[in-house]
This record gives sequence, C-alpha cells and structure tokens, in this order.
Amino acid sequence: MAARQETVARVEEIDVDAYKYGFTTDIESEKAPKGLSEDIVRFISAKKNEPDWLTEWRLEAYRRWLTMDEPNWARVKYPPIDYQDLYYYSAPKSTPGPKTLDEVDPELLRTYEKLGIPLREQEILAGVETRKVAVDAVFDSVSVATTFKDELARAGVIFCPISEAVKTHPELVRKYLGSVVPATDNFYATLNSAVFSDGSFVYVPKGVRCPMELSTYFRINEQKTGQFERTLIIADEGSYVSYLEGCTAPKRDENQLHAAVVELVALDDAEIKYSTVQNWYPGDSEGKGGIYNFVTKRGDCRGRNSHISWTQVETGSAITWKYPSCILRGDNSQGEFYSIAVSNGHQQVDSGSKMIHLGRNTRSRIVSKGISAGKSQNTYRGQVSAHRKAEGARNFTQCDSLLIGHECGAHTVPYIESKNPSAQFEHEATTSKISEDQLFYAQQRGLSAEEATALIVNGFVRDVLQQLPMEFAVEAQKLISISLEGSVG
Amino acid sequence: MLEIKNLHVSVGDREILKGLTLTVKDGEVAAIMGPNGTGKSTLSYVISGREGYEVTQGEVLLDGENILELEPHVRAAKGVFLAFQYPVEIPGVATMTFLKAAMNAQRRSRGEEELATPELMKRVKEAAAKLGVSQEMLRRPLNSGFSGGEKKRMDILQMTLLQPRFGILDETDSGLDIDALRVVSEGVNSLRAPNRSFLVITHYQRLLDYIKPDTVHVMAKGAIQRSGGPELALELEERGYQEYLGEEAA
Ligand SMILES: Nc1ncnc2c1ncn2[C@@H]1O[C@H](COP(=O)(O)OP(=O)(O)OP(=O)(O)O)[C@@H](O)[C@H]1O
Ligand SMILES: [Mg+2]
Repeated sequence: MAARQETVARVEEIDVDAYKYGFTTDIESEKAPKGLSEDIVRFISAKKNEPDWLTEWRLEAYRRWLTMDEPNWARVKYPPIDYQDLYYYSAPKSTPGPKTLDEVDPELLRTYEKLGIPLREQEILAGVETRKVAVDAVFDSVSVATTFKDELARAGVIFCPISEAVKTHPELVRKYLGSVVPATDNFYATLNSAVFSDGSFVYVPKGVRCPMELSTYFRINEQKTGQFERTLIIADEGSYVSYLEGCTAPKRDENQLHAAVVELVALDDAEIKYSTVQNWYPGDSEGKGGIYNFVTKRGDCRGRNSHISWTQVETGSAITWKYPSCILRGDNSQGEFYSIAVSNGHQQVDSGSKMIHLGRNTRSRIVSKGISAGKSQNTYRGQVSAHRKAEGARNFTQCDSLLIGHECGAHTVPYIESKNPSAQFEHEATTSKISEDQLFYAQQRGLSAEEATALIVNGFVRDVLQQLPMEFAVEAQKLISISLEGSVG
Repeated sequence: MLEIKNLHVSVGDREILKGLTLTVKDGEVAAIMGPNGTGKSTLSYVISGREGYEVTQGEVLLDGENILELEPHVRAAKGVFLAFQYPVEIPGVATMTFLKAAMNAQRRSRGEEELATPELMKRVKEAAAKLGVSQEMLRRPLNSGFSGGEKKRMDILQMTLLQPRFGILDETDSGLDIDALRVVSEGVNSLRAPNRSFLVITHYQRLLDYIKPDTVHVMAKGAIQRSGGPELALELEERGYQEYLGEEAA
C-alpha cells in the first residue's frame, strides 16, 4: 500500500549522537589474540574447560563456516567485514565465576548502574520492589553475575551461564544445543557455534511455573570485539517461563559485530515468552560506528499445545538482521511475534519473523510495527509456510509502518507458502506518515514537536508494548522516545 | 488583548491576507464572517503558529508581545487556543491520554506543577459531563471515527480544560445538530470571562444567537472590510457579501 502523500515540510535534524549509553568501562580484560583459526576455537574452548565433545562441535562448525558465504539478500548495505581483524574472546579479568554480586568488580556494577538496569535489581535486593527479576549479566564474552540462583534452584529452575551449564548439566546441554538452530544453519549462526563465548541457559522442569521473570543484560565493551552469545532455553512439559534480554554497547567509531544465537524449546503444554529490548549503539549522525546485529533466534514448539511468543523492541544497532522464528511442530502449538523496530539516523533494519507450520491446527500471529525516521531504512521480512501435514494451520500477519520525515524508507516483504489447502493465512499491511496536520493539532494543544511525535508513536506501537512485561513496557516506551529524539523540528 | 496589525500572509507566491488589522479586547467576543476562501482559517493558523504560512508584513500581539516568532506549543501555553474547522484524528492515542499530555505539557511550559492523574481525571470527567461527551469516547483514540459533531465537542472540551486566554472557534457550529449547538454554545458562554476573549468564525447568524458577540467583522479579500455590532451579522444574513467583493463578485 502506498504511503499517504503527505510531506512533512520540516527538514529533519537528526541527533543520534545523543546515544545515552555510550560510555566505556575501564576494566582490565583478558583477550585471545586477534583473528580466527582452529587454534582460537580451541583456545576459547580450553579457557572454558569444555569437554571434548563441545570442542569438536565447535571445530566442526568452524570448518563448515570456512565453506560458507555471508548472506546478501537482506536490504542492508555495509562494507565487507574482515573477520580476521576481530577479537573472538574477551573476558573482564576479575571474573571467574562470582557467586554473589559482592564478588563482581564494582566498576562493572557501576556500568550496569549507568545503564539504568540494575536499579530495579538493586531495588529488588533492597526489598523495595515485590516483583522479582533474576538477572544474568553478560559483559563482552563472559557472564558476570546471576542473581536469585538459590531461589530458582528451590523451584527446580536452572538459570546460569551456559558455560556453567556445560559443566553442571552436560546431558541437557548436549541434548538440546544446536537442536533448534543447527551448527550448520547459516553463516552467522555457524560462526557463533564455533566461537560462542557465553550466554544464558535456562531449564524449567515439568509442570513448573518459573517463579520470577528471568532476564539477561548483554553489553559489548571491548574494542574490536565480536560478541557471540548463545542462549538456550528449555521449557519441559507443562512449564512456563518469561525471559527478557536487554542489550547496550558503548559508542565506538568502528563497527562492532554481534552474532548471537538463541534457541528455545517448548515441550508438550509448555510456554515460553521471550522479550528483547535491544538498544545497541546505532552509530553517529554520519552513520559512523554502531553495532552490526546479525542474530539467529528460533523457537521450536516441539510438543503438543506448546506456545512460544517473541516480543522485541529494537531501537539500536547500525544494522539489524534478525528474524525470530517459530517452528510449530507439535499439534495445536502456537507461535507469536510482536515487534517494534525503530530506526533513525542511518540505521538499517531488516527484521521480521518466520512461522513454519508443521503440525496440525497450529496457529501463529505476527504483529510488526516499524517506525522509520531520519535517513533510515526499515524492512519487514516475513515468511509463513504450511507443511503438507499442517492441517488447519492459521496465521494472521499485521505489518504497519510509520514514516517520520521524507528521507527514510519502509518496506514489507512477506513470503507466504502453503502446501496444505486447509491452511488459512491472512496478511494486512499499512504504511502511514505522521501527518503535519496531526503534529500541528497536538502542538496547538501544548505539546512540543518532539512530545507530539512521541505521543503519536506510542499510540502506534501500543498493542505491541502491551505484550511486554509491565515494568519493561515503561522502559521500552522511554527508549523509543529517546531514539526518535531529533527526528522532528 | 490581541492586536493584529497590518498582517500580510502568503502561501507560496500567493498573498492570502492583505493587510488585516483587528483588535480583540479582554473579555470581548468578536465574530468574523466572510465568504469561502477569504482567509479566515488562514488567519486562525497564523495566530496559532502553523507552518507553511509566510508573514511578509505586520504583527500579532498578545498582551503587547509579538507572538509570531514563537513555536506553536509556546503560544498554546500562553493561552492561544484554536478549535479547528476540521479537527484531526490521532489513531492509537486514547483521548484521555491526549488530554492529560496536553494539560500537563502546558503547565510544564508555564513552570507550573503538573496535575496528578486523579485530579486531572476528575476535571476531565466533570467537563465532559457538561458537554455530553461520554466516558466511552474518552477511552477511544482521539477523534478516531468520531462523527463531525463529536469532534467539535471534543475541541470545546479541550478548550474548557485548557482555559485559554484567547480562543479561536473556526466554524465550530458547522456540522452540529440543534441540541449540540446549544450545548457547545453554553460551553463557550460559561468560559466567557473578563480576562478571556474569543474570535468566533462562522457563516451563520444562528450561532450568534447563542454566543452573543460584542463585535462583528466582515472579512473579504484578505482583510477586514467593515466592523460593527451584532446587528451587522443580521444585515449580512439578509444581504450577503456582494457589496464587499467589488468586481470579484461578478
Ligand atoms: N496551504 C495552502 N496552500 C495553498 N493554498 C492555500 C493554503 N491554505 C489556504 N490556501 C488558500 O487560501 C485561501 C483562503 O483559505 P482559507 O481556508 O483561509 O479560507 P476560509 O476563509 O477559511 O474559507 P472557508 O469559509 O471555506 O472555510 C483559499 O483560496 C485557499 O485555497
Ligand atoms: Mg475556513
């Protein structure tokens, strides 16, 4: 559908330099030498005292990766990445394995404090807030703090760095690692399989409703350091877990690579809610610097009546390449994807979702809200498919784009494929502009151009924000306003 | 007091207002009548600060201060309010949310304390009840799918809540049924006060039966052609604008 032919007369003044989280932290770190080779892969594996099977798994992935090409079908442009000019391992020196927050380098904690994250965390610790959130923080490559471990353990929930799970629960890791996103899946996922550093591991046993929100904060700090986290979440039969990840990075002139893999497995009657608030550094007003966010996220609704729901608020990164997906394998399983992707300045977003219907009566729903401002490009790319056996599969996709200014672009690329005649797929798409009439109306009532834009944008994204856990919805709303600062007037 | 002095305004290379001069004193209700396309809405936009209108000459003074350089929201905070000829729909933004945002934004601009939500909701509900705006409408997105008359009421509700110093009503009566016209007029009348003035733009004498103006001004060809008391509106009703249009009427 064509954009409404209204022109915002204003020339957009972009101030993406105002990135709030662009400080670096002064901590000594321990790095592997630059570049990638079998030796580096072995080094990473050895650093983590990994069992042989995992070292082999990484090496196989590495060898496979050497034969692969970087994908080029996404609507994003960037100069070639020199994979030999990156560090693949960096750990803050004060680690190995802090047991409590007291043991964590205070400088590191201050970093999280500056991020505004552990505020909640600290409130919780001080008993101010009743709702509990367990936090795993990953700094560059290493997980530095996991809170509430004991309380979770009493419920039987395992929530720990994946490097630790490899040692304490090898049977689970071995069974599920790579079972949703195989080591050979795609260029970035395969790279991740070879060099992944850390990430979170969650296992919720049968019938257990996880007693609190789980959350991980990722931060890239070191220069020229790739971050390759690996997250694995398993919800056993009849269990429920809600998980939130947040991401930030300091301002750097060069681009930083982030290639994460997230795997979710939901067994019979289990439910996983996975939310992301991604605010990696988007680069400056000239388009210099910023994170390349090439991420593979996939959930496997392996069991009957299982349910996986992705919610994402994406405001950061210079380039986003990300398609959280659901494989609806179990009969009656259900997949959801709710997304808000905001782009400003020179950001490029190519994001969307895949819903692969394999089982009977599987249902999926995609609600995507793209907001483009400045000179950014924002593409929704989605795939919905029904396998021959996916009797009665249903999908509803709604894809709305909002344009601010006249130098940005919004694109919608849906792929729909059905091999079962009983499948019903619906797709709705709209593109609109914040009209000058709307802005003036709100300004006449007393709102500044920025406040007016934020209000209208919040209205536009409201139904997705409602999918986020309450306390994060407020944060996400603020983040959206911040990232659109300077997009009008 | 609002003083408009020799105002010339162009859109592109077309001059629309051609030396318009008008003073509205404190407490005064001034009515402007004039043929379609004369520039009445243009005048209301220029006073309230909409972009796209180039002021080539003249001033607009609110209490002696030239407001033409101020941003629209700053003028709003100083008390300029425009009830639009065509109020705009803002999908997704609940009416109550919008009202809260507007009231508190103006208070912030003036350096006043923001109102707490309960107090704010109370004020909104009271004003809404008087204007026959239902609770259900307050929950809906602002003006989205509202009927023409409902949108006009919503604008008057906003005026009631924002308590402006200078209110402009641009054809607020158009599209209102007889009962709504009475309710809206009563709303406006109850706001009449010694320190508040109004500019009422209308095509119909009937509105002026309800909102009794102190002065009536005939606008044509981008300027005020004649000013008088309420009787002028009656005369216009009878005789039309022919005599003010000169050759253009032919
Ligand atoms: N943005 C614009 N671009 C081009 N022409 C404009 C613009 N705004 C107003 N005009 C023109 O200026 C003239 C005055 O318009 P305006 O809306 O002010 O008239 P009005 O007196 O309010 O008329 P009505 O009684 O029909 O509401 C019209 O000829 C209109 O087409
Ligand atoms: Mg008009």
